[in-house]
Amino acid sequence: MNDLQKELQTQLEKFRLKAIEPYAEGDDHEEKFRMEIFRELGNLGFCGMTISEDFGGAGLGYSDFCVVLKEIAKSSVAHAVTVSVSTMVQGIIEKFGNDDQKNKYLPELTSGAEIGAFCLSESGSGSDAKALKTTAKKTDGGYILNGSKMWITSGGIAKTYVVMARTGGEGAGGVSAFILQDDIEGLNFGKKEKKMGWKASPTREVLLQNCFVPTENMIGEEGQGFKVALGGLDAGRITIGAIAVGLSERALDESVKYSLGRSQFDQPIFNFQGLQFMMADMATELEASRVLVETAAKLLDEGQVNSKLCSMAKLKATDVAMKITTDAVQVHGGVGYTSEYPVERMMRDAKVLQIVEGTNQIQRVVIARHLKKEYQG
Amino acid sequence: MWYFSDEEKQLKEVCKEFARKEIAPKAEHHDTEESFNIEAFKKMGELGVLGITADPEYGGAGMGCLAATLVMEEFGKACPGLTLSFLAHSILAVNNIQSNASAEQKAKYLPKLVTGEHIGCMGMSEPEYGSDAIGIQTRAKNNGDSYSINGTKMWITNAQYSDIAYVYTRTGDERKNLSTFILEKDKGHFDVGKPIHKMGMRASPTGELIFDNVKVPAENLIGKEGDSVYHMMKNLDIERLTISGISLGIAEACVEQCIKYANERKQFGKNIGEFQLIQKMIAEMATETEMMRNFLYNLCYRYDQGERGPVTAAMAKLQIPKMATKIALDAIQLHGGYGYSREFPVERLMRDNKLNEIGAGTNEVMIMIIAKNLLQEKAV
Repeated sequence: MNDLQKELQTQLEKFRLKAIEPYAEGDDHEEKFRMEIFRELGNLGFCGMTISEDFGGAGLGYSDFCVVLKEIAKSSVAHAVTVSVSTMVQGIIEKFGNDDQKNKYLPELTSGAEIGAFCLSESGSGSDAKALKTTAKKTDGGYILNGSKMWITSGGIAKTYVVMARTGGEGAGGVSAFILQDDIEGLNFGKKEKKMGWKASPTREVLLQNCFVPTENMIGEEGQGFKVALGGLDAGRITIGAIAVGLSERALDESVKYSLGRSQFDQPIFNFQGLQFMMADMATELEASRVLVETAAKLLDEGQVNSKLCSMAKLKATDVAMKITTDAVQVHGGVGYTSEYPVERMMRDAKVLQIVEGTNQIQRVVIARHLKKEYQG
Repeated sequence: MWYFSDEEKQLKEVCKEFARKEIAPKAEHHDTEESFNIEAFKKMGELGVLGITADPEYGGAGMGCLAATLVMEEFGKACPGLTLSFLAHSILAVNNIQSNASAEQKAKYLPKLVTGEHIGCMGMSEPEYGSDAIGIQTRAKNNGDSYSINGTKMWITNAQYSDIAYVYTRTGDERKNLSTFILEKDKGHFDVGKPIHKMGMRASPTGELIFDNVKVPAENLIGKEGDSVYHMMKNLDIERLTISGISLGIAEACVEQCIKYANERKQFGKNIGEFQLIQKMIAEMATETEMMRNFLYNLCYRYDQGERGPVTAAMAKLQIPKMATKIALDAIQLHGGYGYSREFPVERLMRDNKLNEIGAGTNEVMIMIIAKNLLQEKAV
């Protein structure tokens, strides 16, 4: 870590211990999102870190952003994800939007006053995203959108939604991207999904019923929507990897501390090799996934697009997080299974990291596709 | 090699039907609400399984470990939480009374437990003594015709609903000076602490038993002073085998749900079951489940034939819950976003199953037992 990153981490650690950690358990139980935490993170400059200073961002790189996400994730994966998705949406608008769109939508997102959401998945198209069915029919001065988007992170609490809809024929080429805000007529929300984890981050269905969207809200050209959607993908995968690393770090930290303090058979349970080996494996796997995520972020910051490495970082870091958090519950025994200790929540939160931003099965497909290309051209 | 008697075959069918009708429809509700399906529990009394291993003369079914495990498996497919409460009652309380209590004690307590009029639990773990169970500190002081008990028991399944508690206490300073009592709620023998919130098994109430200088008649002592270690050891095998039955049920439910989903869900223009990645997951989880089933049935069958021993039961308890967690995690993964939502049962099954790697002896304690026994055998 460079000096700036160390400073970011120190600053954020203080903040999270004071302002996030005390609420993490209760908010998981109540399924409650605290906007004030997000806004505070915004005030500290963490809600649009990779966006240009022209639009209120911090103009920093993904390596720096990963340090921040890792630190937030130690206390709350839910808040880390809210920040990461909102930043991804900003990245899309910055990369593909026109100046009017950037000036109109970015400042309130980079400042953390409002949240951004990304609407690609539908009930019938998850992994197979380009099969989406939501339609955008051309009409006078704009498009009329109909359909429904599923599993939308920050659905209902976000103000700005990047929505992928079909303006043309089947396949990727028929998809266009639009920016919608929550007060637009015809945009409604389904009920809050009940989930295994990530409970402090609301997930809702976004319903589009004869929703008129002016032409000026289209991102890029007609038919570029899938390219827009994929544009945020590499960065999105790295950020999910970073969140997984932060979560793993906390789970290991809790496990070592607990096993040094807990005595059974008249000695700290850390003394037993069965637990030592478990934690040695946890630490090694964690280190390997951290290096992978950091390398992928560094290459992205240097402008070297390496989608294979981004997929590998997401795949490895999230599989490791699942393993480490599961073992952390095991190290804690009975109390680890209760909500008195954070590790059971961490285990529930880890599972979805293997599913979002492309399931880990899809990451394997992507990696294999790159391998084939490397060998066969 | 195991086989089912006609009676066991019939029991499995009846329990499957009972689980479908009485347990499954309410499983998600009780998980969400952290509540206990007491109606279904009471109906298990009518079904005749609450005293599955108890003697017929006390109203029990007089069946064995294989039969009890089949009930766990079938109920476990529908709602592992409620099944855990069933296990705490029928195995930890009823079966322990059946095999350790006097004829008078059995005649007094078993009939109401077997019908479900009374609910039972067992108290062993304490806040500071989990894996190290022999170290427990709940004290029972001998006053002649009575005992004064002080202490706290932790993670007690059914605590809040129990009329009868089968409890281990310390009656002497030597490590193994432990004695067992039957305690009665309506005689004020125990108080119940606050409920414990858990990751899974939320349909099964968990609480503390608190003994604040309570006076218990000497007639409630089981056997004689110092018998507890013998009592504990005697039934550990059946406890570990039956709890593994819940994990077997969980694995079977996951496989069933995955097959159904892979045949229905379409992505990239075809059923996801046509992708080799998904085929691999299903083929492997089905194979592992089949191994678990045969291993467990076999050990239960041999147990009923009189073949006992701590090593194989600990092996089952180590491996079956561990494999079931892996299967349930894969089942969520196979369902993608839907698997993570509470719309499908797989995330609940995973949360529930994790407990089985911890309760009734953690995986680590199973490893200790297996290794210690194997290494000692070699050393002799």
